[in-house]
Amino acid sequence: MSLAVADLCKRYGAVEAVAGVSFEAAPGAILGLLGPNGAGKSTTIGLIAGLLRPDRGSVRIAGRELGGDADPAKRALGLVPQELALIDELPARVNLEIFGALYGLAGRELRRRCDAALDAVSLADRAADPPRQYSGGMRRRLNLACALLHEPAVLLLDEPTVGVDPQSRHAIFATLAALRDAGHTLVYTTHYMEEVEKLCDRVVIIDHGRVLADDTVARLVAAAPGGETLTLDYEPAPDAAAVAALSMLPGVRSAALEAGRLVVSCTDIGAAAPRVLEQLAARDHHCRHLESRAPTLEDVFLSLTGRSLRDP
Amino acid sequence: MSAATAFRALVRKDVLTFVRDRRALIVSVLTPILIAAFFGYLFGERGGGERGRLPVAVVDEDGSPLSRAVGAALAADPMLEVEPSAAARARAAVGAGRLRASVRLPAGFGAAARRALVGGGPPAPVELLYDPSQSMVKAVVAGLLTEHVMQAAIGELASGAPEAVDATLADLRGNARLDPGLRADLVRVLEATRSLGTRPGAATAARGLAPPFALADVPVSAGPAYNSYAHAFAGMSVQFILFMGIDAGVAVLTQRQLGLWRRLRAAPVSRRTLLAARATATLLIALGILAAVYLVAGLVFGVRIAGSPAGFVAVCVAFAAFTAAAGLFVAALGRSVAATRGLATLVVLLLVMLGGAWVPSFVFPAWLQRATAFVPTRWAVDGLDAMTWRGLPAEAVLLPVAGLLAVALVLGALATLCFDWESDA
Repeated sequence: MSLAVADLCKRYGAVEAVAGVSFEAAPGAILGLLGPNGAGKSTTIGLIAGLLRPDRGSVRIAGRELGGDADPAKRALGLVPQELALIDELPARVNLEIFGALYGLAGRELRRRCDAALDAVSLADRAADPPRQYSGGMRRRLNLACALLHEPAVLLLDEPTVGVDPQSRHAIFATLAALRDAGHTLVYTTHYMEEVEKLCDRVVIIDHGRVLADDTVARLVAAAPGGETLTLDYEPAPDAAAVAALSMLPGVRSAALEAGRLVVSCTDIGAAAPRVLEQLAARDHHCRHLESRAPTLEDVFLSLTGRSLRDP
Repeated sequence: MSAATAFRALVRKDVLTFVRDRRALIVSVLTPILIAAFFGYLFGERGGGERGRLPVAVVDEDGSPLSRAVGAALAADPMLEVEPSAAARARAAVGAGRLRASVRLPAGFGAAARRALVGGGPPAPVELLYDPSQSMVKAVVAGLLTEHVMQAAIGELASGAPEAVDATLADLRGNARLDPGLRADLVRVLEATRSLGTRPGAATAARGLAPPFALADVPVSAGPAYNSYAHAFAGMSVQFILFMGIDAGVAVLTQRQLGLWRRLRAAPVSRRTLLAARATATLLIALGILAAVYLVAGLVFGVRIAGSPAGFVAVCVAFAAFTAAAGLFVAALGRSVAATRGLATLVVLLLVMLGGAWVPSFVFPAWLQRATAFVPTRWAVDGLDAMTWRGLPAEAVLLPVAGLLAVALVLGALATLCFDWESDA
């Protein structure tokens, strides 16, 4: 494993910010780290990045346990902070040179990596300009490039697309995909669920400092408690007895009237849908409209945490 | 090797950031030069020659020979610009701030002064009105008035002017309260004076008394010559370099807000290296500012290092170290940027004022003068003075340098101990 987090704990006074968080990430994988605000995500990232000292537990990068602040093992780690952590007064290239030098790069090798990083984020032609002259999207891309210079095995990305235009978002996604394909491990936190569904191979959901779920997106969605749902408009609307009868059908988990609409939760929508339609037609109810919806990661998140990902 | 590379990168970051910030350059380098040039000119010998005269009203309500002589002497004084005036107009002009003071010689002044001079009556009343916002003016005008009244009054008698001597003799003989023996002696002296005044050739002799001494005022320093700009440049350098030190500390707070500090800390760099690099950059910038300011001071204003060059460098390095440590201290204890900057600016202004950078410390009350002996900014200003215009040897700055380095060490240690490493994680 590139990254192995084991039983991480961090307490601030009476508050247990992180309480025994464990997960792993393989080379060439993107791991989504999700949680509502205050769930312990930032503290977990801080512990992995070596910004905080854990009360208990360990972080291993490529098999080596992280020690103190100056531990050379940290060279295998890159951090893209949520903030635009750039030196606004200095040209982009100088920004890169300084961040590269912090990881021991120097001379020709440093220059070569700077060129490569600027190419990777399509900023080579603006290398001499300071970031304060950049658009928000360009600054985000440079923010990413600064973390790539030393070619870290594990890259921690803390909401790297906040406030980014679609074009820059696409460019960032392309860069991340290329990094994954090159064998880097990416840990990705975001408030955009669709980004997780699109990018991440695995998802770890955290709340109250604890891991609530750790699996692939497909498996998490498949195990969503609500399953797939049918929403139907009938004329006339079925009565309570008719709705209760639907719950007995094969493939149906539950049925209920919600604001005049029939909502049927299914364990097997293929088996349930024709039976529901047939039974109600037999009782002279005429279907006017039908919708089917597969569960999403948002549903999984909501069911686990009781909150939406973007709730304050 | 890589630790050194990281350290150099961190120092480079801070130095380049400062150099590229035009506002910081202007505030730290150009402003001290301009203000020091102004103060140096204002308080120095070069400015003194062209210093404006004090505008003063003289109200002569007596019109006696003595009052006219005093008025003429005041008008001829190079320190004063005398405007003859009436009492009410003079009072209004002083009250409005148009004139600095007014001297009123009331009716009977001449006669009263003569009587008082030989113990025959109370001192003649003279009214001095002055602008309370400029209390130094009172001392200057009172001193000049005393000088000119005494010269005129004694001179009038000593020169044997018959009308003055006769009037004084008449006063003496009619003064029953005076000891008879003393009265007889004074009468004999005045009669002899009158006799001298009537001798042939006396009319051509200089009348009045001349001062019995000629004052030779010689500025003394161990250096070749006093240069008023030297002290001004010392004071202003200290002030603006300390401001730069605060900015360096506040910059850390800003970096924390922007997440830059987080990114730096994610690198394999020790906490000690991060703080040491920040302090080193501040130290180098402070030395750069001192070099630039004193280069201009030397080339344009003739400020010379008349003392020990090694001592000068030692003071500069010690003060730069103090500034760097003060910056770290601000970074360690500061919370919000605005509040920290405000409080630190106040502290620096107090330190600079107590250090004698604005006004010489001898104008302070005695207790405050004793207290400023423990203020690091005074050590720095005194050290720079000692190595420039005072022309003292390096031993003269051993104590200030040691003091500055000791305080730097204490502040640096406290900053390292108090630095909050977790709040921005």
